Amino acid sequence: MHYGAERIGVTVLPTSVGNTERQIDLMQDLGATAIACTPSYLLHIGEVAEKMGVNIQKDTKLRTGILGAEPWTEGMRARMEEWLGIKAFDIYGTSELSGPMFTECSEQKGVHIWSDLALVEVIDPNSGEPLEPGERGELTITILQKEALSMIRYRIGDISVLDDEVCACGRTHPRIQRIQGRVDDMLIIRGINVFPSQIEYALMAIPDVGQHFQIVVDRKGALDDLLVRFELNKEAFSNKINDLMLIRQNVEHRLRISLNVNVDVELLEPGSLPRFEGKSKKVIDRRAL
Amino acid sequence: METGKHVMRQISIFSENRPGRLAAIAHALGEEKINILAFSIAEANGFGVVRVLVDQPEKAHEKLLSLGFNTAFTDVIAVKMKDQPGGLYDVAKILGDSGVNIEYSYAYSGKEGAVLILRVDHVDDAIKRIKSSGAALLERSVFH
Repeated sequence: MHYGAERIGVTVLPTSVGNTERQIDLMQDLGATAIACTPSYLLHIGEVAEKMGVNIQKDTKLRTGILGAEPWTEGMRARMEEWLGIKAFDIYGTSELSGPMFTECSEQKGVHIWSDLALVEVIDPNSGEPLEPGERGELTITILQKEALSMIRYRIGDISVLDDEVCACGRTHPRIQRIQGRVDDMLIIRGINVFPSQIEYALMAIPDVGQHFQIVVDRKGALDDLLVRFELNKEAFSNKINDLMLIRQNVEHRLRISLNVNVDVELLEPGSLPRFEGKSKKVIDRRAL
Repeated sequence: METGKHVMRQISIFSENRPGRLAAIAHALGEEKINILAFSIAEANGFGVVRVLVDQPEKAHEKLLSLGFNTAFTDVIAVKMKDQPGGLYDVAKILGDSGVNIEYSYAYSGKEGAVLILRVDHVDDAIKRIKSSGAALLERSVFH
């Protein structure tokens, strides 16, 4: 995306995530007109700007947001466009293939697939059979021009619908509609993919952690918040508050290293989490899209 | 100097920081007719440690374990203080002068005077220094 933008003559500031005040300063100083990030990070930028007394509409030249890497909705688009005074475009891709790959046109009615570059199919996740346009299923992608690491009918795991009607913009490239979920239990936390099994793997390597844990995903302000609650192992308790604080720090540290995202942890008494007969419900996702 | 008789067995209980946890502990002890002689709650972000001195520590420990609580025994000492201004200073000064570090402490003031419960880094050393300074330590038999 960076080099593609440069190719068409755009000056790119690869600022990454974080240090938001500085990003807002840079936006103002350099007259940035577009931003590419996750929708939740743009919401966060908007909130931080308000706290700094900066009005994105009046005090910056921002007019375009290219937003993706996590699911978002039309409702969020409408709110962001009105609040920040921008046009917000959905962008779609997957890091296994090349990161961001496809984006919306000026119509904002779905992400155009460059069908001379990629064959996108929607399949039934159980049978693997292709579905008709308009039917909901799992996206698979074959990149037709990729060499060396060719992926054929690569199953992304995202659920969507393919629309092959000609777009009002005149393009005949089919469009995928908003991502409606996942076929697996993968979570997307601030744009980073997290599997509950990764959390389990990291936790179970720590002797102080008991058998039971729970993952709670919520949204604090505009940002995703990941909380891991675990029962303390019966043998782990030493009676010193300090030792317990160290256990918590250690678990937080281990999870951050293995997931590459910040995690809050909560120590629980043994037996306090619900037990399940059959399939357990380890993940509670309170984010309202 | 025989120091063992002054070492008390405190029970420490890990507790989540939410309504009803202290009630659950207190109910369990009450059911077993265990009397609590002194107690404190230490709070950290999101959890706490409840510390109790009871008349029947083994029984209390067993009961709490059977209910799934994380509990542990900790050795503490109990020092008699004068229940008057400067009483705490007298005891604290002995320990400070002896280089004994207090990890945590709680106190109660009853009919027979004030008592300071102490968890220290060097129990034997603390007992010897307190006694040789003329202050009085409670014996284990007073509690359990």
